[in-house]
Amino acid sequence: MTVSKLDPPARVLVTKIGLDGHDRGSRIVAAFLRDAGMEVIYTPPWQSIPAVVKLAMEEDVDVIGISSLATDHLIVPKLVDALRSAGLGHIGLIVGGIVPDDERPALLHAGVSAIFGPGSPRDEIIAHVAALAAKVREIKNAEFREIAQ
Amino acid sequence: MSEEAVQLSLPGFEQAHGGWRAEYSRQIGTDRVVKNRSGIEIKPLYTPRDWNGDAFLENLGFPGQYPYTRGIYPTMHRGRTWTQRQLIGLGTPEDYNKRVRVILDAGATAISLLPCNSGFRGVDCDAVDPLLLGTCGTVINTTDHMDRALDTVPLGKISTAMNDPSPFTLLAFLLAVAKRRGIPWTSITGTSNQSDYISHFIANHMFYRLSLSGARRVLLDHIEFCRKHVPGWNPVSVVGQHMQQAGATPVETMAFTISTALQYAQDCIDRGMDIDHVLRRFTFFFDISISFFEEVAKFRAGRRIWARLARERLGAKDPGSWRFKFHGQTSGVDLTVQQPLNNIARVAVQAMAGIMSGLQSLHTDAYDEAITTPTEETARIAVATQNILREEAHLCDVIDPLGGSYYVETLTDQMEQEMLALIGKIDDAGGMYKAAEAGLIQAMIGQSALAFQEKVESGEEKVIGVNCYQADNVAPAGRPTERPDFERMQRHVASFVAYKAERSQADVRRALDVLKRAAGSERENIYERIVEAAEVGVTHGEIVNLLREELGFGHPLVVV
Repeated sequence: MTVSKLDPPARVLVTKIGLDGHDRGSRIVAAFLRDAGMEVIYTPPWQSIPAVVKLAMEEDVDVIGISSLATDHLIVPKLVDALRSAGLGHIGLIVGGIVPDDERPALLHAGVSAIFGPGSPRDEIIAHVAALAAKVREIKNAEFREIAQ
Repeated sequence: MSEEAVQLSLPGFEQAHGGWRAEYSRQIGTDRVVKNRSGIEIKPLYTPRDWNGDAFLENLGFPGQYPYTRGIYPTMHRGRTWTQRQLIGLGTPEDYNKRVRVILDAGATAISLLPCNSGFRGVDCDAVDPLLLGTCGTVINTTDHMDRALDTVPLGKISTAMNDPSPFTLLAFLLAVAKRRGIPWTSITGTSNQSDYISHFIANHMFYRLSLSGARRVLLDHIEFCRKHVPGWNPVSVVGQHMQQAGATPVETMAFTISTALQYAQDCIDRGMDIDHVLRRFTFFFDISISFFEEVAKFRAGRRIWARLARERLGAKDPGSWRFKFHGQTSGVDLTVQQPLNNIARVAVQAMAGIMSGLQSLHTDAYDEAITTPTEETARIAVATQNILREEAHLCDVIDPLGGSYYVETLTDQMEQEMLALIGKIDDAGGMYKAAEAGLIQAMIGQSALAFQEKVESGEEKVIGVNCYQADNVAPAGRPTERPDFERMQRHVASFVAYKAERSQADVRRALDVLKRAAGSERENIYERIVEAAEVGVTHGEIVNLLREELGFGHPLVVV
């Protein structure tokens, strides 16, 4: 299905931070976001937080998807901080994989927009990313207009 | 069997079969096409027309007899049941020791050790974010750490399985500890159960540390070292688990795993090793999915293929080399976060498939494996599941209980054919090493993973609680997630940093120099030097780092 109505299309970085290398989920999600009409930047696992921030800036992404299956979600709040320090606080952030229930609030509180566990329907993920990207794009456009004026 | 033959041996067969067929079609209407995960079409009924035992001795034979389709030992589980080998590892060495003592007090004769993810990545605990330490395994970076982890554990009397990818630092620490305690290496038994670097390159990227060529050499040195100094150790475990977890079908998994084993065996032959010395110590490690009959057929076919290839292609003469010894782990991929207690039923079915396939060693997943690292309680249920299947369900009373089933035998034959075709394809590509290097295997696994995912999403493949029978009001387990004590972990890191500053820097430098020279010379055995380095206090990260510099950093090939 093609849902991304943004022009140019939504740009999504699908990546993994920390130590875990399980990448079946991130590969599948990257593939179906691409098939839904988004521009997907995919990286191998084990990216450092500074590397993700740099890539997000260079690629001008709207949304970052972090896949975590072995506790790397614990450092996602640090990624949020690093994005904000780099002036990229507007970028949307979603997490996919295994996040225990009692550790979800900390991520959501830090600014993660949604957490998709195993078995999440693809349409739900696509719809969420598309809406999030649209929102982020509006913020970016508003900033751009401000600068232009 | 030909129609005529069936008519001769079973008078009236055709008429009865035709009658059933007509009645079946009348009642079912348009029949749906059923395929298993490997893509083999499954019929509604199997009869002597499909399989009649014609080639009984040639294809099945008796347990403990070539080609071992029915099991690798004459007595199988009736004589000695499988080893219950639960994977453990969490927190600091002291945390691990506490847990392992409980297990040993409960009568375990085998233990396993899972290192922290930082260890898998080849770095020491002071090189990563402390929040990530010990959350999935134990932080063991030195011989001292290993000594503390195995305090009071009777090395030499119990078998230890190490999740220890190349360059096998955990075994080096273990051997150094044994030397300290005056325990001869010849009494040490166990398995390097993550020695299959090709499987890491292809599918389990977290374990992939050294370049392909570097890992190839270190594995061969490791095999030679163990053969000479630690003869009771299994230096090679060929791992199908990662590939199946990454999405390979059961047929693909078995074919890829056997092709990998052929590669390692051939590499040993090319090194001049005696194939019978080498193969006797080969073990295999697989995922057991919930596709019950398919898994049973997978293992039966794999056993037969391996026996024939080991004997005919590799020229092994010792029956010990033909036996396909395998450890099975129930597949975490089939477990769901939704309605987690349902996973107990899934694990029981997976374990049954493994037991009825005649495995030698089994790990059953805890039901919360899809959510978190298992707790003591959920791990206890996982072990109890094995005990129930053995003691109450009497699964050990009969050897190869599904042998002779028209369905299982037909499926075993069909899957064997498909596996052989794939093994042939990999042969044509120049063997597993080259096929993996070229990305051929990764591409096949990627396609299979996507195809399966699409079946789940379309509802063709049903997953209870995920795409059908969803329930809104099932409360999650509700327990707080167990994480390592953060302050204890920080103290562990601090003491590690202090240890590094206090040890003999001259010894460390000398050991690393010697290791570096060994890496540069094909005539030296690298693994011997790794063990020596471990003995004088060189750390895991230092060893891996040096070998990454000398032999190349391991970058897995990801094919999207």
